[in-house]
Amino acid sequence: MSDAMHDFTLTVNGQAYAIRVEARRTLADALREDCGLTGTHLGCEHGVCGACTVLMDGQPVRACLLFAVQAEGRAIRTVEGLAEGGALNPLQRAFAENHALQCGYCTPGFLMLGTAILETDPSISDEALVEALSSNLCRCTGYANIARAIRAAADAMSTEGAT
Amino acid sequence: MTATPATTRLVGRDVPRVEDAALIRGRGRFVDDIAPPGLLHAAFLRSPHAHAAIARIDAEAARALPGVHAVFTLADLAPYLTDTRLVVALPSPAYRQELHRPVLAQTEVVHVGEAVAVVVAESRHLAEDAAALVEVEYDPLPPVADCVAALEAGAPTAHRDASSNLAAELVLEYGAVDAVFATAPHRFAERLSVHRGGSHSIECRGVVARPDPLEDRLTVWSSTQTPHTAHRLLCDLLGLEERAIRVITPDVGGGFGPKLIFYPEEVVVALAARLLGRPVKWIEDRSEHFVATTQERDQSWDVELATDNEGRILGLRGTLVHDHGAWTARGVNIPQGAVSAMPLAYVVPTFRMAMKVAVTNKVPTTPVRGAGQPQGVFAMERLLDKAARGLGIDRAEIRRRNLVPGERMPYATPLKTRGGMQVVLDSGDYPRCQSMALEGADWAGFPERQRAARAQGRYLGIGIANYVEGTGRGPFEHVSVRIEPSGRIVVATGAAAMGQSTHTMLAQLVAEQLGGDMSRVQVIAGDTAAAPMGIGGSNSRQAVLAGSSAHVAATRVREKVLHVAATMLEAAEGDLEIEGDAVQVKGVPEMKVTLAAVARAVAGTPGFAIPGGRGPGLGASEEVVIDAMAYANGTAVAEVEVDAETGGVTINNLVFAHDCGNALHPRIVDGQLMGGIAHGIGNALFEHMRYDEEAQPTSTTLADYLLVTATEMPPVRILHMHSPTPLNPLGIKGVGEAGVIPVPAAIASAIEDALSPFGVRIAQVPLSPVDLLALIDPQASGSAA
Repeated sequence: MSDAMHDFTLTVNGQAYAIRVEARRTLADALREDCGLTGTHLGCEHGVCGACTVLMDGQPVRACLLFAVQAEGRAIRTVEGLAEGGALNPLQRAFAENHALQCGYCTPGFLMLGTAILETDPSISDEALVEALSSNLCRCTGYANIARAIRAAADAMSTEGAT
Repeated sequence: MTATPATTRLVGRDVPRVEDAALIRGRGRFVDDIAPPGLLHAAFLRSPHAHAAIARIDAEAARALPGVHAVFTLADLAPYLTDTRLVVALPSPAYRQELHRPVLAQTEVVHVGEAVAVVVAESRHLAEDAAALVEVEYDPLPPVADCVAALEAGAPTAHRDASSNLAAELVLEYGAVDAVFATAPHRFAERLSVHRGGSHSIECRGVVARPDPLEDRLTVWSSTQTPHTAHRLLCDLLGLEERAIRVITPDVGGGFGPKLIFYPEEVVVALAARLLGRPVKWIEDRSEHFVATTQERDQSWDVELATDNEGRILGLRGTLVHDHGAWTARGVNIPQGAVSAMPLAYVVPTFRMAMKVAVTNKVPTTPVRGAGQPQGVFAMERLLDKAARGLGIDRAEIRRRNLVPGERMPYATPLKTRGGMQVVLDSGDYPRCQSMALEGADWAGFPERQRAARAQGRYLGIGIANYVEGTGRGPFEHVSVRIEPSGRIVVATGAAAMGQSTHTMLAQLVAEQLGGDMSRVQVIAGDTAAAPMGIGGSNSRQAVLAGSSAHVAATRVREKVLHVAATMLEAAEGDLEIEGDAVQVKGVPEMKVTLAAVARAVAGTPGFAIPGGRGPGLGASEEVVIDAMAYANGTAVAEVEVDAETGGVTINNLVFAHDCGNALHPRIVDGQLMGGIAHGIGNALFEHMRYDEEAQPTSTTLADYLLVTATEMPPVRILHMHSPTPLNPLGIKGVGEAGVIPVPAAIASAIEDALSPFGVRIAQVPLSPVDLLALIDPQASGSAA
């Protein structure tokens, strides 16, 4: 156990949070408890379930496997940053329209994973999409509607982009 | 009323869910999101032994750690408790010993993960650091790791002072089954086993308790499916009056059964908060979930089926050993449910199943999605496959000959529910449902697909399983509906939401009657301060019971609204309709009065009569009593390919035809089924809660205990029949557990079919690739599974 405290700034959804934490504090705990962003959920704390998935410099990462200090100087994005000016973004809308969530606990992780997929490979094949989604766990939906929602969001965004 | 889209505006339609807006913004409020000022954090010290005597507990070093507020053992808490045990067993004459689990273990631990002490500290980290400093001296005792071995002569006992490991025994029987077997032309016997798994909601359990000195009340937020049960037990255990405790179920990240149980952590955290005068939070982590949250499904079956020459069932008999775990955390309902589910889809003239419930040094077992029914269906369907093979009858055909035919509905079976009520299959057409599934899966065309694949050295198989599920267990669920002076509609219920769209379901049913605008309806579920009584979430019951109460209450409020508005508008009631926030004359929308005005008119003015003459207020409270269960049914057909080199199984196609009566929200019905199907695939192929010979759990991470991911999900086609049940005003049956029930049996059937060239017989689930390789080539693998 270390008593050494670290003072630094976390940048989350474009906003700076000055925090003071122990070295052992995970990014997930720092987001939830030090930044008050409780949309990021913890399901296993050993890197399997993906409920805590956030984006770090655009890449999906497990917030439970990173220490907060490792995120210093990086751009972190969480579910709270998805809605644009209070309006749901196309991926969020697609999740609701396609019944891609039930209890909603794993949903923030899937939304962030889906965001990364849409940003890096918007025309991803169905096979690759399913493969990418297999990194996160959901116990309610059986996944099909989550894949459908991400596909629908990709379609909606390409239509919007074309007009 | 029949809830069909032709006659309704909301019910039966895929309206947007009211839950989604917060959840997709990251604004849900789950128990771990609740952080009152001054919050302290609890960590539990748990037994590392499956069975041991506790010689000594020394918490001094832990108490001395800066930031630690308290370390409590049972000795510390007992003076403040009316009972040091959780007495939660469902009533049954079957028990052979009392196994009420302690609030904390004091003299003996009986499973790995049993809580021994709790540390409360400034942070969770500190609490866990301190828990590591608590010294417990254990004297290991012989553990009982297997439920069958537990009942053998000379077995050690899971509790050192017990005379045996028999927790309960019961027999379900009707008809002269032995006489039938003595003369039956054909008998088919199987020894089957189903293994233990968990529910693994992605949110683990958690409790926050906050003492409020201003109101002299303790508020407890628990991730529970049964807040009213938790309220009663907390009041009883802490010796407090009902008003002194409020239990709230916040957003719950999945339940799937185990969260209906009342747990030691709930009372310990509540009491710790009272003793310390500070809010206390405990959040279960996944490793705790594997050893402290209840599990299910370990059962061993010896069963025998008697048929005539045409494959018609004459009798069914056998024995079942059920793993109870170390304590009675619920009852004997799982083996009862398993055995009851076994014959339910079929005409079974004679029947006897003798059940023995064995105590082991493992986590207690209580219902997990399906609650015994997947095992019962697995046993029945394995027997039918064996009989079909023995008699040279197609597997679907032997089932068709035995399914309860549609024209015999309602069909009174000789079975009784756990409450002693006769099981009456209320509605449905099981053979037609099976036909739909067969057609959807192209059962008739499969032999050709199989032949073509085998010519290429590939092993395809197809399998089938039927189920009938008792849903909507009564007796009631509380719902109140009230139109406030603001015109807003408030619905409060004893039902608890854990992800199954309960708020949407209730808002839909109430708005259907009261203006059609769901955004005007606020649903309060799972708050003991808002609903005076409630039973909560289990048994695929909430749409049936709470839905019926909501429908009847909303209808009563509607009648009163129209009556009062008629007085106010000087119009005939029959000419009025409720539209949005107002009551209007049909076809003359400018002649209207708002719901707010109607509510205010009957709110009462001192000295003046209430308009309408039907008493004050626009509220109704209902507990519609429905004792009989509504029986849903379905057929699953799975087509698989097995890689004979690796033992890997790919499900190429899964068709699920079912009948849950009317569907309140078709998309939610499909969603519930899909989740259950995924769980069923896990139970068939992946989810195995493993223990070693010392009853040490060996699959305690999600990397060892495998949940189905997106890549394991096959294409699933869901087909619907709608046979409304006469048992409730909505004609609905529950659907929350249906998906899981037939899927392991159907997949087992398909794998056996695929591997028929190897003579493989499937007698267990789950089936890992290693299990299958051992069955394909016992010599090569050195052992038969």
